[in-house]
Amino acid sequence: MTANQKLVGMNGDEASAFATKQVDPDVVAAYPITPQTIIVERYSEYVADGQVGTEFVAVESEHSALSACIGAEATGARAFTATAANGLALMWEMIFIASGLRLPIVMAVANRALSGPINIHNDHSDAMGARDSGWIQIFCENSQEVYDASVEAWRIAEHPEVQLPVMVCFDGFTISHTMENVYVLPDEEVKRFVGKRVFMRTKGHMGETEYRLDPTCPISIGPLDLQDFYFEHKLQEVDAMNEALKAIPKVDDEFSKVTGRPLQYMYPYRMEDAEVAVVGLGSAMGTVREVVDELRTQGKKVGMIKQRIFRPFPEEALLEAIGDVPVLGVMEKAASFGSPGGPLYEDVRTTVYGSGKKTLIADYIHGLGGRDTSPDMIREVFAGLVSIRKKGKVDRPVNFVGVRE
Amino acid sequence: MSAQKEPGAKELPKGAVPYRSTKEYETGDWGVARAKIDTKKCTKCTLCHFFCPEGAIQFNPDGTPNVDYKYCKGCGICAEECPAKCIEMEMKK
Repeated sequence: MTANQKLVGMNGDEASAFATKQVDPDVVAAYPITPQTIIVERYSEYVADGQVGTEFVAVESEHSALSACIGAEATGARAFTATAANGLALMWEMIFIASGLRLPIVMAVANRALSGPINIHNDHSDAMGARDSGWIQIFCENSQEVYDASVEAWRIAEHPEVQLPVMVCFDGFTISHTMENVYVLPDEEVKRFVGKRVFMRTKGHMGETEYRLDPTCPISIGPLDLQDFYFEHKLQEVDAMNEALKAIPKVDDEFSKVTGRPLQYMYPYRMEDAEVAVVGLGSAMGTVREVVDELRTQGKKVGMIKQRIFRPFPEEALLEAIGDVPVLGVMEKAASFGSPGGPLYEDVRTTVYGSGKKTLIADYIHGLGGRDTSPDMIREVFAGLVSIRKKGKVDRPVNFVGVRE
Repeated sequence: MSAQKEPGAKELPKGAVPYRSTKEYETGDWGVARAKIDTKKCTKCTLCHFFCPEGAIQFNPDGTPNVDYKYCKGCGICAEECPAKCIEMEMKK
């Protein structure tokens, strides 16, 4: 049975802070950066008002923020942080340490363009840079999804077979600063759902124990690991990501039963008889949905797939969502300089062509630095896909939409 | 130590926990030289023991220093600091 929920007006940052307040983690260490600032402001108010038991660590940089979370999580505490763009870049060293040490930290990322030149608006260059870091990455379309992901993330991160950190990514300003209606669960329902932190079992020099720093059964976490064991430890991370792929749908089902909102890897929309379709991440997919409806009223057979989880990459779910659509456009808000295409495009191609499907695929990079992705631009993308369908081949695999050439 | 005989990712304890004590990393084979002490010239001042960054110099029952070659990386600090000049850095073959 779904829980009684309250409808509240919140922007994405507030939804993230509010969900985290209900989770009440032991430690929050964060440094404010646009467009994530509101999360840190709200959370420090919750702490000052005594609404949470959290120890708030006001650090002097993002490197320190994640370092503090790593230390806290290693002792067995729950730790949350939030960042964006250059803040995430400054965390770089610690991002890999957090996942390498298998610490299930939850971090909100209000996606923002990386400098330079300096830009505070939305694209996915920050999170895409961290795609190979061993973090699970959830991309949200709206504030409701931010709220849901910010509660659910803890259960995914702390799943005994997973034990990896999670980034809850949502578009800076477009979501972080836009007031929307959000259904929120009662505090006790959130607390019941996230429960107490779950630990994996490991073995130290004093025998089998929980994976945390405990003076009664001490272990060392993360010391020198050279040619003899580092590779095996990385393979454990690979396995953990594969386990995450199995664990996420289970946690999704459980949480959907509480909220009544279905959680899936992929949200296919009007794909049944689609001849061309678009796949993408984040808030822009809301606009794509509108354009799909509009083109459908004109009798055009178009569809779309919103992808929610980027890491681990849900290959099977993607293939199932694509079905037999002959032409697929990838819309993404990140460029990968010097590569054959954007990061989502490359993964989609690898997945599709690895499966033996002959789908024609083109990349449409859009919205860099917060450039608005208008319905007109999306119509242009669909027009491009229709022309690929007619010609039966892709003349220009990588396209930049909404830029002056 | 053949890599094949060591435990694989599935057998290893989970997480970034060292499989064995770092004592078992015998770092002495990293160096190109090793400290050789002439105990007859030694004045038992103990400076070499305190300067050794690896803790590889301990003592014989008579108080003269003894180098544990399992851990001596051959840095030469002891030879530099020895007031009696009784430590020589011997190049490994």
